[in-house]
Amino acid sequence: MSRVAIIGVGQSEFVRSYPGSVRELAFEGFKEAMHDARLTSRDIQASIICSAPEYDKQRSPAGVLAEYLGLNPQPTVYVESLCSSSSMGLRLAYALVTSRLHDVVAVIGFQKMSEITSAESQERMGRGADIQWESPFGTMMPAYYAMYARAHMAAHGTTLEDLALIRVKAATYGQLNDKAVYRKPVTLGSLSNPEDRMAGPVASPLRVGDCCANADGSSCVIVASEEKARIYCQKPVWVLGLGAATASVNLAGRDLFTGLTVAREASRQAYKMAGVGPQDIDVAEVHDCFTIAEMLAYEDLGFAKPGGGKELIRSKATYKEGHIPVNVDGGLLSKGHPIGATGGSQIRTVVLQLREEAGPIQVKSPEIGLVHNIGGVGLYGNVSILGR
Amino acid sequence: MAEKKGSDERFKKFGTVSFTSLTKTNDFIDYMEKGKIAGTRCKDCGRAFFPPRADCCQCLASHMEWFEVTGNGRLVSFSRLEYGPTGFQEDVPYCIALLDYGQFKVFGRIAKDVPEKDIAVGMPMKTVVNRLPNGQLNYVFAKA
Repeated sequence: MSRVAIIGVGQSEFVRSYPGSVRELAFEGFKEAMHDARLTSRDIQASIICSAPEYDKQRSPAGVLAEYLGLNPQPTVYVESLCSSSSMGLRLAYALVTSRLHDVVAVIGFQKMSEITSAESQERMGRGADIQWESPFGTMMPAYYAMYARAHMAAHGTTLEDLALIRVKAATYGQLNDKAVYRKPVTLGSLSNPEDRMAGPVASPLRVGDCCANADGSSCVIVASEEKARIYCQKPVWVLGLGAATASVNLAGRDLFTGLTVAREASRQAYKMAGVGPQDIDVAEVHDCFTIAEMLAYEDLGFAKPGGGKELIRSKATYKEGHIPVNVDGGLLSKGHPIGATGGSQIRTVVLQLREEAGPIQVKSPEIGLVHNIGGVGLYGNVSILGR
Repeated sequence: MAEKKGSDERFKKFGTVSFTSLTKTNDFIDYMEKGKIAGTRCKDCGRAFFPPRADCCQCLASHMEWFEVTGNGRLVSFSRLEYGPTGFQEDVPYCIALLDYGQFKVFGRIAKDVPEKDIAVGMPMKTVVNRLPNGQLNYVFAKA
Protein backbone atom coordinates (compact mmCIF):
# COMPACT_ATOMS: atom_id res chain seq x y z
CA MET A 1 0.00 0.00 0.00
CA SER A 2 1.36 3.42 -0.90
CA ARG A 3 2.04 5.82 1.92
CA VAL A 4 0.02 8.80 3.17
CA ALA A 5 1.66 12.14 3.90
CA ILE A 6 0.90 15.37 5.71
CA ILE A 7 1.90 18.13 3.29
CA GLY A 8 0.63 21.22 5.08
CA VAL A 9 -0.22 22.34 8.62
CA GLY A 10 -1.69 25.47 10.11
CA GLN A 11 -3.45 26.89 13.11
CA SER A 12 -4.92 30.17 14.22
CA GLU A 13 -3.70 31.89 17.31
CA PHE A 14 -5.59 30.36 20.25
CA VAL A 15 -7.36 33.14 22.14
CA ARG A 16 -9.82 33.56 24.98
CA SER A 17 -12.38 35.25 22.78
CA TYR A 18 -12.08 35.37 19.01
CA PRO A 19 -13.43 38.64 17.57
CA GLY A 20 -15.12 37.06 14.57
CA SER A 21 -17.43 34.29 13.41
CA VAL A 22 -16.77 30.57 13.27
CA ARG A 23 -16.17 30.58 9.51
CA GLU A 24 -13.66 33.42 9.86
CA LEU A 25 -11.92 31.57 12.66
CA ALA A 26 -11.68 28.40 10.55
CA PHE A 27 -10.25 30.43 7.69
CA GLU A 28 -7.19 31.35 9.77
CA GLY A 29 -5.94 27.80 10.32
CA PHE A 30 -6.90 26.79 6.78
CA LYS A 31 -5.08 29.75 5.23
CA GLU A 32 -1.86 28.95 7.08
CA ALA A 33 -1.97 25.27 6.08
CA MET A 34 -2.71 26.10 2.43
CA HIS A 35 0.18 28.59 2.32
CA ASP A 36 2.37 25.97 3.96
CA ALA A 37 1.40 23.37 1.33
CA ARG A 38 1.38 25.99 -1.46
CA LEU A 39 -2.02 24.81 -2.66
CA THR A 40 -5.19 26.52 -3.77
CA SER A 41 -8.72 25.49 -2.77
CA ARG A 42 -9.14 23.73 -6.12
CA ASP A 43 -6.42 21.25 -5.12
CA ILE A 44 -8.40 20.05 -2.10
CA GLN A 45 -10.60 17.14 -3.15
CA ALA A 46 -12.57 16.77 0.07
CA SER A 47 -12.74 18.33 3.52
CA ILE A 48 -13.36 16.87 6.94
CA ILE A 49 -14.65 19.41 9.48
CA CYS A 50 -14.00 18.58 13.13
CA SER A 51 -15.48 20.13 16.28
CA ALA A 52 -17.58 19.26 19.29
CA PRO A 53 -21.21 20.36 18.92
CA GLU A 54 -23.19 22.91 20.96
CA TYR A 55 -20.52 25.54 21.57
CA ASP A 56 -21.79 27.77 18.79
CA LYS A 57 -25.12 28.34 17.09
CA GLN A 58 -24.29 26.98 13.64
CA ARG A 59 -25.84 23.61 12.91
CA SER A 60 -24.06 21.39 10.38
CA PRO A 61 -20.97 23.62 10.16
CA ALA A 62 -19.25 21.49 7.50
CA GLY A 63 -21.25 22.91 4.59
CA VAL A 64 -20.91 26.48 5.81
CA LEU A 65 -17.14 26.20 6.22
CA ALA A 66 -16.67 24.40 2.90
CA GLU A 67 -18.33 27.32 1.12
CA TYR A 68 -16.40 29.99 3.01
CA LEU A 69 -13.07 28.22 2.39
CA GLY A 70 -13.75 27.91 -1.35
CA LEU A 71 -14.23 24.16 -1.19
CA ASN A 72 -17.44 23.87 -3.27
CA PRO A 73 -18.43 21.62 -4.95
CA GLN A 74 -16.09 19.13 -3.28
CA PRO A 75 -17.64 16.85 -0.64
CA THR A 76 -17.36 17.62 3.04
CA VAL A 77 -18.31 15.79 6.22
CA TYR A 78 -18.54 16.69 9.89
CA VAL A 79 -16.86 14.47 12.46
CA GLU A 80 -16.75 14.68 16.23
CA SER A 81 -15.20 12.69 19.01
CA LEU A 82 -15.15 15.58 21.49
CA CYS A 83 -11.58 16.75 22.20
CA SER A 84 -9.99 14.23 19.82
CA SER A 85 -12.18 15.24 16.86
CA SER A 86 -9.39 16.41 14.56
CA SER A 87 -7.23 13.34 15.25
CA MET A 88 -10.26 11.30 14.26
CA GLY A 89 -10.41 13.56 11.20
CA LEU A 90 -6.82 12.56 10.33
CA ARG A 91 -7.80 8.91 10.65
CA LEU A 92 -10.73 9.38 8.26
CA ALA A 93 -8.56 11.36 5.82
CA TYR A 94 -6.06 8.49 5.87
CA ALA A 95 -8.88 6.10 4.95
CA LEU A 96 -10.14 8.34 2.14
CA VAL A 97 -6.64 8.62 0.66
CA THR A 98 -5.65 4.95 0.97
CA SER A 99 -9.00 3.95 -0.55
CA ARG A 100 -8.11 6.18 -3.54
CA LEU A 101 -11.43 8.00 -3.26
CA HIS A 102 -9.44 11.24 -2.87
CA ASP A 103 -5.78 12.22 -3.22
CA VAL A 104 -5.75 15.43 -1.16
CA VAL A 105 -7.97 15.97 1.88
CA ALA A 106 -8.11 18.94 4.30
CA VAL A 107 -8.80 18.15 7.96
CA ILE A 108 -10.13 21.35 9.53
CA GLY A 109 -10.68 21.59 13.28
CA PHE A 110 -12.31 24.53 15.02
CA GLN A 111 -13.99 25.56 18.24
CA LYS A 112 -15.40 28.86 19.33
CA MET A 113 -16.13 28.37 23.00
CA SER A 114 -16.47 32.02 23.95
CA GLU A 115 -20.07 32.39 22.74
CA ILE A 116 -21.23 30.80 25.99
CA THR A 117 -20.26 31.37 29.64
CA SER A 118 -17.70 29.25 31.46
CA ALA A 119 -20.43 27.66 33.61
CA GLU A 120 -22.48 26.88 30.49
CA SER A 121 -19.45 25.39 28.83
CA GLN A 122 -18.77 23.24 31.92
CA GLU A 123 -22.37 22.08 31.75
CA ARG A 124 -21.94 21.10 28.08
CA MET A 125 -18.66 19.37 28.85
CA GLY A 126 -20.36 17.58 31.74
CA ARG A 127 -22.90 16.36 29.19
CA GLY A 128 -20.03 14.85 27.22
CA ALA A 129 -20.22 12.32 30.04
CA ASP A 130 -23.20 10.03 30.79
CA ILE A 131 -26.19 12.39 30.87
CA GLN A 132 -28.58 9.76 32.18
CA TRP A 133 -26.61 8.52 35.17
CA GLU A 134 -23.67 10.85 35.87
CA SER A 135 -24.47 14.42 34.79
CA PRO A 136 -27.44 14.68 37.22
CA PHE A 137 -24.83 14.64 40.02
CA GLY A 138 -23.23 17.82 38.65
CA THR A 139 -20.12 16.44 36.96
CA MET A 140 -17.42 18.49 35.27
CA MET A 141 -14.33 17.54 33.31
CA PRO A 142 -11.86 18.76 35.98
CA ALA A 143 -13.61 16.64 38.63
CA TYR A 144 -13.38 13.47 36.54
CA TYR A 145 -9.68 13.95 35.89
CA ALA A 146 -9.30 14.87 39.57
CA MET A 147 -10.64 11.42 40.42
CA TYR A 148 -7.93 9.88 38.24
CA ALA A 149 -5.36 12.12 39.95
CA ARG A 150 -6.52 11.01 43.40
CA ALA A 151 -6.43 7.33 42.39
CA HIS A 152 -2.96 7.74 40.83
CA MET A 153 -1.67 9.44 43.98
CA ALA A 154 -3.11 6.70 46.19
CA ALA A 155 -1.67 3.89 44.04
CA HIS A 156 1.69 5.33 43.05
CA GLY A 157 2.61 8.08 45.51
CA THR A 158 2.39 10.80 42.88
CA THR A 159 2.30 14.21 44.57
CA LEU A 160 0.73 17.60 43.93
CA GLU A 161 4.26 18.89 43.40
CA ASP A 162 4.79 16.35 40.60
CA LEU A 163 1.68 17.73 38.92
CA ALA A 164 2.91 21.29 39.45
CA LEU A 165 6.20 20.35 37.75
CA ILE A 166 4.20 19.48 34.63
CA ARG A 167 2.57 22.91 34.67
CA VAL A 168 5.95 24.57 35.13
CA LYS A 169 7.31 22.70 32.09
CA ALA A 170 4.25 23.69 30.05
CA ALA A 171 4.75 27.34 30.96
CA THR A 172 8.45 27.15 30.15
CA TYR A 173 7.52 26.49 26.53
CA GLY A 174 4.21 28.33 26.44
CA GLN A 175 6.19 31.56 26.82
CA LEU A 176 7.86 30.79 23.50
CA ASN A 177 4.63 30.02 21.63
CA ASP A 178 3.09 33.11 20.04
CA LYS A 179 -0.11 31.16 19.32
CA ALA A 180 -0.69 30.23 22.98
CA VAL A 181 -3.35 31.76 25.23
CA TYR A 182 -1.16 31.61 28.34
CA ARG A 183 2.39 32.89 27.86
CA LYS A 184 3.40 33.85 31.40
CA PRO A 185 5.96 31.95 33.50
CA VAL A 186 4.65 29.68 36.24
CA THR A 187 6.77 28.79 39.25
CA LEU A 188 6.53 25.67 41.37
CA GLY A 189 5.70 27.84 44.37
CA SER A 190 2.73 29.51 42.70
CA LEU A 191 0.70 26.28 42.75
CA SER A 192 1.31 25.81 46.47
CA ASN A 193 0.91 29.45 47.57
CA PRO A 194 -2.70 29.89 48.77
CA GLU A 195 -2.49 33.58 47.85
CA ASP A 196 -1.73 32.75 44.21
CA ARG A 197 -4.53 32.32 41.69
CA MET A 198 -2.76 29.23 40.30
CA ALA A 199 -3.30 27.46 43.64
CA GLY A 200 -7.05 28.16 43.76
CA PRO A 201 -9.16 25.03 44.23
CA VAL A 202 -11.19 23.75 41.26
CA ALA A 203 -11.94 20.10 41.94
CA SER A 204 -9.74 18.53 44.59
CA PRO A 205 -6.94 17.67 44.29
CA LEU A 206 -6.69 19.75 41.08
CA ARG A 207 -6.00 23.48 41.28
CA VAL A 208 -6.42 26.29 38.75
CA GLY A 209 -2.83 25.71 37.60
CA ASP A 210 -3.57 22.04 36.89
CA CYS A 211 -6.23 22.94 34.32
CA CYS A 212 -6.00 24.19 30.76
CA ALA A 213 -8.13 27.13 29.67
CA ASN A 214 -11.02 27.16 27.23
CA ALA A 215 -10.04 28.90 24.01
CA ASP A 216 -11.20 29.79 20.54
CA GLY A 217 -9.08 28.43 17.74
CA SER A 218 -8.79 26.55 14.48
CA SER A 219 -6.33 24.14 12.92
CA CYS A 220 -5.82 22.50 9.56
CA VAL A 221 -3.88 19.47 8.35
CA ILE A 222 -3.53 18.72 4.63
CA VAL A 223 -3.32 14.98 3.95
CA ALA A 224 -2.16 13.59 0.58
CA SER A 225 -1.34 10.40 -1.25
CA GLU A 226 2.34 9.60 -1.76
CA GLU A 227 2.03 10.52 -5.47
CA LYS A 228 0.62 13.96 -4.73
CA ALA A 229 3.01 14.50 -1.83
CA ARG A 230 5.96 13.92 -4.16
CA ILE A 231 4.57 16.56 -6.55
CA TYR A 232 3.51 19.20 -4.04
CA CYS A 233 5.86 18.87 -1.11
CA GLN A 234 9.60 19.14 -0.40
CA LYS A 235 9.36 17.75 3.12
CA PRO A 236 6.42 15.38 3.43
CA VAL A 237 5.81 13.93 6.87
CA TRP A 238 4.50 10.38 6.68
CA VAL A 239 1.67 8.87 8.66
CA LEU A 240 3.35 5.74 10.04
CA GLY A 241 0.77 4.47 12.49
CA LEU A 242 -2.77 5.26 13.66
CA GLY A 243 -4.63 3.89 16.65
CA ALA A 244 -8.10 4.64 17.97
CA ALA A 245 -10.16 3.25 20.82
CA THR A 246 -13.22 3.79 23.01
CA ALA A 247 -14.19 3.01 26.61
CA SER A 248 -17.26 3.13 28.83
CA VAL A 249 -18.58 6.67 29.17
CA ASN A 250 -19.69 6.05 32.77
CA LEU A 251 -16.81 5.59 35.22
CA ALA A 252 -18.85 2.78 36.74
CA GLY A 253 -18.15 0.78 33.59
CA ARG A 254 -14.36 1.07 33.93
CA ASP A 255 -11.75 -0.95 35.78
CA LEU A 256 -8.66 1.26 35.45
CA PHE A 257 -8.35 4.59 37.31
CA THR A 258 -4.59 5.10 37.22
CA GLY A 259 -4.48 5.34 33.43
CA LEU A 260 -6.72 5.57 30.36
CA THR A 261 -7.49 2.29 28.60
CA VAL A 262 -8.18 4.16 25.35
CA ALA A 263 -4.64 5.57 25.31
CA ARG A 264 -3.11 2.17 26.02
CA GLU A 265 -5.15 0.48 23.29
CA ALA A 266 -4.74 3.25 20.70
CA SER A 267 -0.97 3.40 21.27
CA ARG A 268 -0.67 -0.39 21.05
CA GLN A 269 -2.37 -0.23 17.63
CA ALA A 270 -0.32 2.73 16.44
CA TYR A 271 3.03 1.27 17.55
CA LYS A 272 2.16 -2.02 15.85
CA MET A 273 1.14 -0.36 12.59
CA ALA A 274 4.26 1.83 12.57
CA GLY A 275 6.53 -1.04 13.60
CA VAL A 276 8.07 1.04 16.38
CA GLY A 277 7.94 1.19 20.17
CA PRO A 278 7.91 3.93 22.79
CA GLN A 279 11.73 3.96 22.87
CA ASP A 280 11.73 5.06 19.20
CA ILE A 281 9.70 8.25 19.76
CA ASP A 282 11.84 11.39 19.50
CA VAL A 283 9.17 13.98 20.25
CA ALA A 284 5.58 13.73 21.51
CA GLU A 285 2.50 15.87 21.89
CA VAL A 286 0.16 14.52 24.56
CA HIS A 287 -3.32 15.60 25.63
CA ASP A 288 -2.55 17.61 28.78
CA CYS A 289 -5.99 19.10 29.36
CA PHE A 290 -4.97 18.69 33.01
CA THR A 291 -1.54 18.10 34.52
CA ILE A 292 -2.60 14.61 35.61
CA ALA A 293 -3.54 13.81 32.01
CA GLU A 294 0.08 14.30 30.93
CA MET A 295 1.26 12.10 33.80
CA LEU A 296 -1.16 9.35 32.75
CA ALA A 297 -0.01 9.73 29.14
CA TYR A 298 3.66 9.13 30.05
CA GLU A 299 2.65 5.76 31.43
CA ASP A 300 -0.12 4.84 28.99
CA LEU A 301 2.19 5.46 26.03
CA GLY A 302 4.98 3.39 27.58
CA PHE A 303 7.42 6.26 28.10
CA ALA A 304 7.41 5.14 31.75
CA LYS A 305 6.12 2.09 33.60
CA PRO A 306 2.86 2.47 35.56
CA GLY A 307 3.72 4.71 38.50
CA GLY A 308 6.99 5.80 36.89
CA GLY A 309 5.66 8.95 35.24
CA LYS A 310 6.69 11.15 38.15
CA GLU A 311 10.35 10.20 37.64
CA LEU A 312 10.18 11.49 34.04
CA ILE A 313 9.06 14.95 35.07
CA ARG A 314 11.28 15.11 38.17
CA SER A 315 14.35 14.32 36.04
CA LYS A 316 13.21 16.69 33.27
CA ALA A 317 13.33 13.80 30.78
CA THR A 318 10.30 15.31 29.05
CA TYR A 319 11.95 18.73 28.56
CA LYS A 320 13.32 19.69 25.14
CA GLU A 321 16.79 18.39 25.97
CA GLY A 322 15.52 15.22 27.66
CA HIS A 323 15.32 11.77 26.14
CA ILE A 324 11.59 12.03 25.40
CA PRO A 325 10.51 15.67 24.89
CA VAL A 326 6.77 16.07 25.53
CA ASN A 327 4.60 19.12 24.79
CA VAL A 328 7.49 21.46 24.07
CA ASP A 329 4.99 23.82 22.43
CA GLY A 330 3.47 24.48 25.85
CA GLY A 331 0.75 21.87 25.53
CA LEU A 332 -2.93 22.48 26.07
CA LEU A 333 -2.03 23.92 29.49
CA SER A 334 -0.39 26.90 27.76
CA LYS A 335 -2.00 26.96 24.33
CA GLY A 336 -5.55 26.58 25.59
CA HIS A 337 -7.94 23.89 24.40
CA PRO A 338 -10.30 24.81 21.55
CA ILE A 339 -11.72 21.29 21.53
CA GLY A 340 -12.12 20.50 17.83
CA ALA A 341 -8.91 22.33 16.87
CA THR A 342 -6.65 20.75 19.47
CA GLY A 343 -5.64 17.55 17.68
CA GLY A 344 -4.74 19.47 14.54
CA SER A 345 -2.58 21.84 16.60
CA GLN A 346 -0.77 18.89 18.18
CA ILE A 347 -0.21 17.34 14.73
CA ARG A 348 1.07 20.70 13.47
CA THR A 349 3.67 20.89 16.23
CA VAL A 350 4.97 17.38 15.54
CA VAL A 351 5.06 17.98 11.77
CA LEU A 352 7.07 21.19 12.26
CA GLN A 353 9.43 19.31 14.60
CA LEU A 354 9.98 16.53 12.05
CA ARG A 355 10.61 19.15 9.34
CA GLU A 356 13.03 20.87 11.77
CA GLU A 357 11.08 24.09 11.43
CA ALA A 358 10.03 24.41 15.08
CA GLY A 359 12.23 27.41 15.87
CA PRO A 360 13.08 27.94 19.54
CA ILE A 361 11.38 24.71 20.61
CA GLN A 362 13.10 22.50 18.01
CA VAL A 363 14.32 19.20 19.47
CA LYS A 364 17.50 17.70 18.00
CA SER A 365 17.00 15.86 14.69
CA PRO A 366 13.76 13.99 15.43
CA GLU A 367 12.88 11.11 13.10
CA ILE A 368 9.64 9.88 14.65
CA GLY A 369 6.96 11.83 16.52
CA LEU A 370 3.77 10.84 18.34
CA VAL A 371 0.44 12.61 18.92
CA HIS A 372 -1.81 11.46 21.81
CA ASN A 373 -5.27 13.05 21.69
CA ILE A 374 -8.06 12.08 24.10
CA GLY A 375 -11.78 12.79 23.76
CA GLY A 376 -13.90 13.23 26.88
CA VAL A 377 -12.42 11.68 30.01
CA GLY A 378 -10.84 8.75 28.21
CA LEU A 379 -14.04 8.09 26.27
CA TYR A 380 -12.21 8.32 22.94
CA GLY A 381 -8.48 7.96 22.36
CA ASN A 382 -6.42 8.57 19.23
CA VAL A 383 -2.68 8.01 18.86
CA SER A 384 -0.93 8.99 15.63
CA ILE A 385 2.71 8.24 14.83
CA LEU A 386 4.40 10.40 12.21
CA GLY A 387 7.84 10.14 10.60
CA ARG A 388 9.97 11.98 8.10
CA MET B 1 -54.26 18.38 18.56
CA ALA B 2 -54.53 15.18 20.53
CA GLU B 3 -53.04 15.27 24.00
CA LYS B 4 -49.93 13.17 24.42
CA LYS B 5 -50.96 10.21 26.55
CA GLY B 6 -49.08 7.69 28.61
CA SER B 7 -45.78 9.54 28.71
CA ASP B 8 -43.84 8.05 31.63
CA GLU B 9 -41.48 10.75 32.76
CA ARG B 10 -40.60 9.45 36.22
CA PHE B 11 -36.88 9.75 35.48
CA LYS B 12 -37.17 13.54 35.48
CA LYS B 13 -36.86 13.23 39.26
CA PHE B 14 -33.29 11.87 39.16
CA GLY B 15 -30.55 14.23 40.29
CA THR B 16 -30.32 17.97 40.86
CA VAL B 17 -30.94 18.42 37.13
CA SER B 18 -32.16 15.46 35.08
CA PHE B 19 -31.27 15.45 31.40
CA THR B 20 -33.33 12.35 30.65
CA SER B 21 -37.07 11.94 31.08
CA LEU B 22 -37.94 8.76 29.19
CA THR B 23 -36.10 5.52 29.87
CA LYS B 24 -37.08 1.86 30.11
CA THR B 25 -35.38 1.84 33.52
CA ASN B 26 -37.94 4.24 35.03
CA ASP B 27 -38.70 1.74 37.81
CA PHE B 28 -35.39 2.87 39.31
CA ILE B 29 -37.26 5.92 40.57
CA ASP B 30 -39.93 3.76 42.23
CA TYR B 31 -37.20 1.86 44.08
CA MET B 32 -35.67 5.17 45.18
CA GLU B 33 -39.04 6.40 46.45
CA LYS B 34 -39.03 3.28 48.67
CA GLY B 35 -35.50 4.08 49.88
CA LYS B 36 -33.81 1.47 47.71
CA ILE B 37 -31.05 1.61 45.10
CA ALA B 38 -31.46 -1.00 42.38
CA GLY B 39 -29.54 -2.31 39.42
CA THR B 40 -30.58 -4.78 36.75
CA ARG B 41 -29.40 -8.33 36.12
CA CYS B 42 -29.71 -10.21 32.83
CA LYS B 43 -31.89 -13.27 33.33
CA ASP B 44 -30.08 -15.06 30.49
CA CYS B 45 -26.42 -14.63 31.42
CA GLY B 46 -26.66 -13.36 34.99
CA ARG B 47 -24.54 -10.25 34.37
CA ALA B 48 -25.26 -7.47 36.87
CA PHE B 49 -25.49 -3.89 35.64
CA PHE B 50 -25.18 -0.67 37.54
CA PRO B 51 -26.33 1.81 36.48
CA PRO B 52 -29.32 -0.32 35.48
CA ARG B 53 -29.84 -1.13 31.81
CA ALA B 54 -32.89 -2.34 29.93
CA ASP B 55 -30.81 -4.39 27.50
CA CYS B 56 -27.92 -6.86 27.79
CA CYS B 57 -25.21 -6.17 25.21
CA GLN B 58 -23.66 -9.57 25.95
CA CYS B 59 -26.79 -11.62 25.14
CA LEU B 60 -28.44 -9.07 22.84
CA ALA B 61 -31.56 -9.70 24.88
CA SER B 62 -33.81 -7.59 27.08
CA HIS B 63 -34.76 -10.00 29.84
CA MET B 64 -33.84 -8.05 32.93
CA GLU B 65 -34.69 -8.34 36.60
CA TRP B 66 -34.04 -5.78 39.33
CA PHE B 67 -31.71 -6.38 42.26
CA GLU B 68 -31.09 -4.19 45.27
CA VAL B 69 -27.68 -2.65 45.88
CA THR B 70 -26.88 -3.54 49.49
CA GLY B 71 -23.85 -3.69 51.75
CA ASN B 72 -20.64 -1.75 51.37
CA GLY B 73 -18.49 -0.81 48.41
CA ARG B 74 -14.88 0.34 48.43
CA LEU B 75 -14.17 4.00 47.59
CA VAL B 76 -12.22 4.04 44.31
CA SER B 77 -11.73 7.81 44.15
CA PHE B 78 -13.46 11.14 44.74
CA SER B 79 -13.20 14.85 44.03
CA ARG B 80 -14.62 17.88 45.82
CA LEU B 81 -16.03 20.47 43.42
CA GLU B 82 -15.70 24.12 44.30
CA TYR B 83 -17.59 25.27 41.20
CA GLY B 84 -20.68 23.68 39.75
CA PRO B 85 -21.96 23.64 36.20
CA THR B 86 -25.11 25.57 35.27
CA GLY B 87 -27.97 24.31 37.40
CA PHE B 88 -25.74 22.98 40.19
CA GLN B 89 -24.37 26.21 41.68
CA GLU B 90 -26.63 25.89 44.73
CA ASP B 91 -25.16 22.49 45.57
CA VAL B 92 -21.45 23.41 45.84
CA PRO B 93 -19.27 22.34 47.41
CA TYR B 94 -19.97 18.64 46.86
CA CYS B 95 -17.91 15.50 46.30
CA ILE B 96 -18.43 13.15 43.39
CA ALA B 97 -17.13 9.64 43.91
CA LEU B 98 -17.08 6.03 42.73
CA LEU B 99 -17.74 2.93 44.85
CA ASP B 100 -16.60 -0.55 43.82
CA TYR B 101 -18.97 -3.36 44.84
CA GLY B 102 -16.97 -6.07 43.05
CA GLN B 103 -19.52 -7.16 40.44
CA PHE B 104 -20.40 -3.58 39.60
CA LYS B 105 -19.50 0.00 40.53
CA VAL B 106 -21.69 2.95 41.54
CA PHE B 107 -20.97 6.56 40.58
CA GLY B 108 -22.53 9.23 42.79
CA ARG B 109 -21.92 11.83 45.47
CA ILE B 110 -20.57 11.56 48.99
CA ALA B 111 -23.06 12.55 51.71
CA LYS B 112 -22.76 16.20 52.77
CA ASP B 113 -22.25 15.25 56.44
CA VAL B 114 -19.03 13.32 55.77
CA PRO B 115 -16.10 15.73 56.33
CA GLU B 116 -13.52 15.69 53.54
CA LYS B 117 -10.74 14.91 56.05
CA ASP B 118 -12.50 11.63 56.89
CA ILE B 119 -12.61 10.47 53.28
CA ALA B 120 -9.87 8.16 52.01
CA VAL B 121 -9.45 6.04 48.89
CA GLY B 122 -10.15 2.41 49.76
CA MET B 123 -12.54 3.06 52.67
CA PRO B 124 -15.84 1.14 52.80
CA MET B 125 -19.01 3.16 52.18
CA LYS B 126 -22.67 2.42 51.57
CA THR B 127 -25.10 3.88 49.04
CA VAL B 128 -28.23 5.57 50.42
CA VAL B 129 -31.16 7.43 48.85
CA ASN B 130 -31.11 11.19 49.31
CA ARG B 131 -33.85 13.75 48.78
CA LEU B 132 -32.52 17.06 47.49
CA PRO B 133 -33.78 20.47 48.72
CA ASN B 134 -35.54 20.99 45.36
CA GLY B 135 -37.52 17.75 45.83
CA GLN B 136 -35.44 15.75 43.37
CA LEU B 137 -33.94 12.36 44.28
CA ASN B 138 -30.37 11.14 44.09
CA TYR B 139 -28.22 8.79 46.08
CA VAL B 140 -25.14 9.46 48.18
CA PHE B 141 -22.36 7.49 49.82
CA ALA B 142 -22.37 7.38 53.61
CA LYS B 143 -19.87 5.98 56.06
CA ALA B 144 -20.20 2.18 56.34
